[in-house]
Amino acid sequence: MIRLIAWRELRSLFAMPSSWVVLAVLQFILAWFFLAQLQAFLDIQPQLAQLANPPGVTATIAATLCNTVALLLMMLVPMFTMRLIAEERRNQTLALLMSAPLSSRQIVLGKFLGLWAFLAMLIAATALMLYTLALGTHLDNGLLLSNLAGLLLLTASYVALGLYVSSLTNQPIIAAIGALAVLVGLWLADIGAAAENSPWHTLSPLNHFQNFNAGLLDSGDAAFFVLFTGFFLLLAMRRVHNNRIYG
Amino acid sequence: MPTTAPEITLSARKLTRSFGSQPVIHDLSLQLRRGEVLGLLGHNGAGKSTTLQMLTGCLLPDNARKNGCSIEICGIDLLRHPALAKSHIGYLPETPPLYRELSVNDYLIFAARLRGMGSAAAREALQQARLRCGLESVGNKIIGTLSKGYQQRVGIAQAIIHRPAVIVLDEPTVGLDPSQIREIRGLIRELGNNSSVILSTHLLSEVESVCDRVEIMQHGRLIYGDTSARMQQYGQVSGFTISLRNPPPPEELQAIPGINRVDQLSAGQFRILYDADNNPSAALLTLAEQRGWQLQQLTPLQATLEDVFVRITDAETAATGETR
Repeated sequence: MIRLIAWRELRSLFAMPSSWVVLAVLQFILAWFFLAQLQAFLDIQPQLAQLANPPGVTATIAATLCNTVALLLMMLVPMFTMRLIAEERRNQTLALLMSAPLSSRQIVLGKFLGLWAFLAMLIAATALMLYTLALGTHLDNGLLLSNLAGLLLLTASYVALGLYVSSLTNQPIIAAIGALAVLVGLWLADIGAAAENSPWHTLSPLNHFQNFNAGLLDSGDAAFFVLFTGFFLLLAMRRVHNNRIYG
Repeated sequence: MPTTAPEITLSARKLTRSFGSQPVIHDLSLQLRRGEVLGLLGHNGAGKSTTLQMLTGCLLPDNARKNGCSIEICGIDLLRHPALAKSHIGYLPETPPLYRELSVNDYLIFAARLRGMGSAAAREALQQARLRCGLESVGNKIIGTLSKGYQQRVGIAQAIIHRPAVIVLDEPTVGLDPSQIREIRGLIRELGNNSSVILSTHLLSEVESVCDRVEIMQHGRLIYGDTSARMQQYGQVSGFTISLRNPPPPEELQAIPGINRVDQLSAGQFRILYDADNNPSAALLTLAEQRGWQLQQLTPLQATLEDVFVRITDAETAATGETR
């Protein structure tokens, strides 16, 4: 049942021209950025060679690109999550799910997994682009995989938050603005907090991505993403269930 | 020949619901047997949709499980075992719940699998449902591009594809043109042969043409329930309108025995009211022929829902007055 809902979500995403446009534009921007980074790396390569322990091509190009993807996703994911529940409510299609033999858990998890799978494709396309570097040089696979794992976890947390905000309203646009406000708010609070031990650092998903970005697999960061995602998914299930009580 | 009453497929007891401090449904009980078409008749805002939402599990009744409140679908408690009970329900809400970006086939397969059908069974059910709802030619079209009538049919197909025991239709013929309405009514009658159908409407004629039984709803209460044939007695008015090409003065019509009142609607049109036990139409026809009035049309007056309400509530107050 969860798979069925996820499949339906993917099906709808691919049936809409807007998702294709977003995918294409994003891929274009990332390719542009990727080539610019590559150019910059080639330009400074001679100077780097004189250093004792120079940063490699993966650290200079791939890690920087993944950091950009993480930032772009923060703006992009709310555009996708806004539809998840708010639009079903506005188009009154939620009644179909509510009158079907499904629990709120299945509805929320199905939608979450569907969109996550879609965004994973987007990340996979970025990964493919980075792996074209392997044609000309040796890549640091560990750093690359840690970055991709971090991106997947980060996306999961964004999607969960967006899904919850979407379950609060029946206006997709409000859901988008709400989710964007929370995500950008967390990010700004994180980079604005000067103190090293400020609690804002621990709350921001993007801050927890930094270790993954540097190639450091920290179970604390992974646990943060899992908890963050789980927390908002639970809230969303609660909200979908309450739909039956408050109408 | 043994005659057993058909099984009860839906039984709701003592449903109560309010939104905020506004009570919407009071103490409502309903029963439905297999092979029965029940019409829920009422004005806008009478609580029909809310009732149907509760029957399909989209909305929980207030203080469920207390005060004897329960909903059973085919003997399964909807409030305790929602997943089991809901696979026996097909529901078409007021707005058909359509994913506009999917094709009709994809959408209907999704709807069938959502109710727990296997992939092969869903394909077979798809053929059946498309045939029944007249969707053979539009299978691969995107739902958003279909006309309103076709979308409504897809909505109905979605509700019947898994062959549920209880089919709940919320105003199924709203927004359709007359020929589509006739088709849909035929389909509903057909569905009523092996499932139970409950439909809400504010049209008297719809109840008369498709329903076996009627429950009339007003202000969140069921005020009257009977077979639709008996309800039609309430719907009858002792009167008709006639059109005459060569009309006489109204006084001449008034003189016919049995006629109480003659209202001239236009030059050749009259509304005629008569005593319930003395129908003057035969006398009128003979006179019309003798005097060359050239009768074109004679239509019995149809009562409006309002009239029926007034009569039923009058009858009820009279009955309670007698018992006092």
